[in-house]
Amino acid sequence: MNEKEKKVRSMKTRGMIADTIVHIVLAVLAFIWVIPVAWIILLSFSTQKGSYVTSFFPKGYTLNNYIRLFTDRNILDFPQMFMNTFIIACCCCVISTFFVLSMAYCMSRMRFKMRKPYMNIAMILNLFPGFMSMIAIYYILKVFNLTDGAMIRVALILVYSGGAGINFYIAKGFFDTVPKALDEAAYLDGATRFQVFTKVTIPLSKPIIVYTVLNSFLGPWLDFIFAKVICRANAKYYTVSVGLWKMLEKEYIDSWYTCFAAGAVCISIPISILFVIMQRYYTDGLSGAVKG
Amino acid sequence: MAIFQKRVKEFDTPYAVSAAVKNGNAATKLSMLIMGFGSIAHKQVLKGLLYLAAEIGYLWFMIQNGFNCLYHLITLGGQEKVEVWNEAKGVYEYSGGDMTILFLLYGVATIFVTLGFIVVWRANMKSAYEVECLAKEGKHIKTLKEDIAELLNRKLHWTLLTPPLAGILVFTILPLVFMICMAFTSYSKVDDRLTIFNWVGFKNFATVLGMGNSIGKTFWSVLAWTLVWAVFATFLNYLLGMILAIVINRKTTRIKGFWRFCFMLSAAIPQFVSLLLMRTLLKDNGLINVMLMNAGIISSPLPFLTDATWARVAVIVINLWVGIPFTMLQVTGILQNIPAELYEAARVDGAGPVTIFFKITLPYMLFVTTPYLITTFTGNINNFNVIFLLTGGAPTPVGSTAGKTDLLVTWLYKLTVDQQYYNVGAVVGILTFVILAIVSLLTYRNTGSYKNEEGFQ
Repeated sequence: MNEKEKKVRSMKTRGMIADTIVHIVLAVLAFIWVIPVAWIILLSFSTQKGSYVTSFFPKGYTLNNYIRLFTDRNILDFPQMFMNTFIIACCCCVISTFFVLSMAYCMSRMRFKMRKPYMNIAMILNLFPGFMSMIAIYYILKVFNLTDGAMIRVALILVYSGGAGINFYIAKGFFDTVPKALDEAAYLDGATRFQVFTKVTIPLSKPIIVYTVLNSFLGPWLDFIFAKVICRANAKYYTVSVGLWKMLEKEYIDSWYTCFAAGAVCISIPISILFVIMQRYYTDGLSGAVKG
Repeated sequence: MAIFQKRVKEFDTPYAVSAAVKNGNAATKLSMLIMGFGSIAHKQVLKGLLYLAAEIGYLWFMIQNGFNCLYHLITLGGQEKVEVWNEAKGVYEYSGGDMTILFLLYGVATIFVTLGFIVVWRANMKSAYEVECLAKEGKHIKTLKEDIAELLNRKLHWTLLTPPLAGILVFTILPLVFMICMAFTSYSKVDDRLTIFNWVGFKNFATVLGMGNSIGKTFWSVLAWTLVWAVFATFLNYLLGMILAIVINRKTTRIKGFWRFCFMLSAAIPQFVSLLLMRTLLKDNGLINVMLMNAGIISSPLPFLTDATWARVAVIVINLWVGIPFTMLQVTGILQNIPAELYEAARVDGAGPVTIFFKITLPYMLFVTTPYLITTFTGNINNFNVIFLLTGGAPTPVGSTAGKTDLLVTWLYKLTVDQQYYNVGAVVGILTFVILAIVSLLTYRNTGSYKNEEGFQ
């Protein structure tokens, strides 16, 4: 065995050792990340009563938690919450997408006097704690009689989508990458700016549109605090997040603990799928409209 | 300043309001008082009538409510509520009196309506002057139909921006101005009830910033913790997430997809679910404590969320659990964009993986992702969910309005929703904004991406 071979071999063993360590560390980390998720899934099938759990694996398995979650509609009406959130999310999605795309298109393509000031103001407004204006929004909604009964849904839709136009930066960045030559070609053919927007820019912007749609659809599912402040004690209009939070409050936790797990699983599955799709379009969107 | 002037010139129009006032003819000048007069005089009847309608509507509103609202905005206050004995319920009730909070809201709204009216008035003057000039030069005067067509073409931004801006105005700016106003009033719970309030100037700011009283002391300690939290939460997440992404991306790492899936799993679950889940796991009688006690490792539960130091470390660690996968997702793509020549050159020069990370990867990433870091930092300072859902700010010292893990935002929530100290809450909100603005500006100005835009090209 000559020197060179020895060196190559020692490099190889060192590489192998490094690889093994890396894989072990990754396995441990992956375990830490997966275990709470696995636990909540197990808990959702558990037969145990109350919130005092002593072992990782439940003593018995049952589907009753899921059945109760969807059939016990007296106190915490999960199907109702689900429908509330779904309706709110759909409306929100339409309004927010329209707002965000129009804002982004104007900021990217139109040139007018107030453009730069608008963009700076949007940046500054984003620095205020979103919660700060909550109380004021509540009073404004109250003036319009939107804080009682079925109008709570309308109020939530307005709260989630009303100010959505301010988050136009990502979409604007995308529109900036759509080649201007396309617009100019369309103008030569006699298209108006509105036609260019709807017939040229939008069809080319699928990734960012999907991202915007999903992002605004997920908003109401993930938000907790606005829903809590606006719904207050009106359990009938709770969204899913407030409902699940309520299940862990002192008065409900003993009987609803395992149902909370079932609810969490039910919500997480569709949301994680949407989230993964959204991530894919988001990365597509970041790489621009025309692939280099 | 030079840039500013240049930009204004770029959009200069011969039909400015000042020119209209100076050079306009009688019809145009009359438009100052009777809106739309200039348009009607030049046969744009419908357009003129619309302006006129806007003016009449505004004046009617002001006479009906507006002036009253503005008057109340200045005086605020008014009649105190009176204690009335309620026979049926057997309690004292407060009735009558003025709803000062509504005066404030209506007053601010009236100012917004007035500003909106001024915008319409300026548009009216411009269009009157434009139509006058065009008529003088014998050019074609646009019909209403052409004006509308214009809104879809050259003036498309008017059409597209109006609805979103109206939304932002009503649901973001109006509430914000309203809350900022509140910071200068005495709107706060006194003796278990809200009373009428008045303007007090900067008194509340003195209360919050001063060290002399309990609110002031709480503010400084909460602020210190908020900054510590934001720094740890942002940079630990960033570094560890990046290292994780690098490790998974190594050439020799097997089953990359599987590892990514494991970490993606917790990122994909709604945040409030994973936070509530973590809270139940870490409670005094939660699974972790129970299992450790049953195994005989500890005799009493570990105070994960009940002891100040434990809780502070716990929220940072749990935030890592929640945040690292997100960072991993964000940086994976950027990491792959680092030019491979840089790495090869470093390896030829004999640099080890640690040196490469600190000399190449980290500077490159910091250069590219500074905007992302600033957003995460502001997001963390305003991170309501993590704290509220995990600890609720607990542990709270007796008699204090804020707990040991409370951030400025959660404290703001407690001050307004629970305690109803609205004025102090508003001050805290404004100060949070000031801190965020300073931090973002300073970091942004000191980064490579601002000073030296082509550093890595």
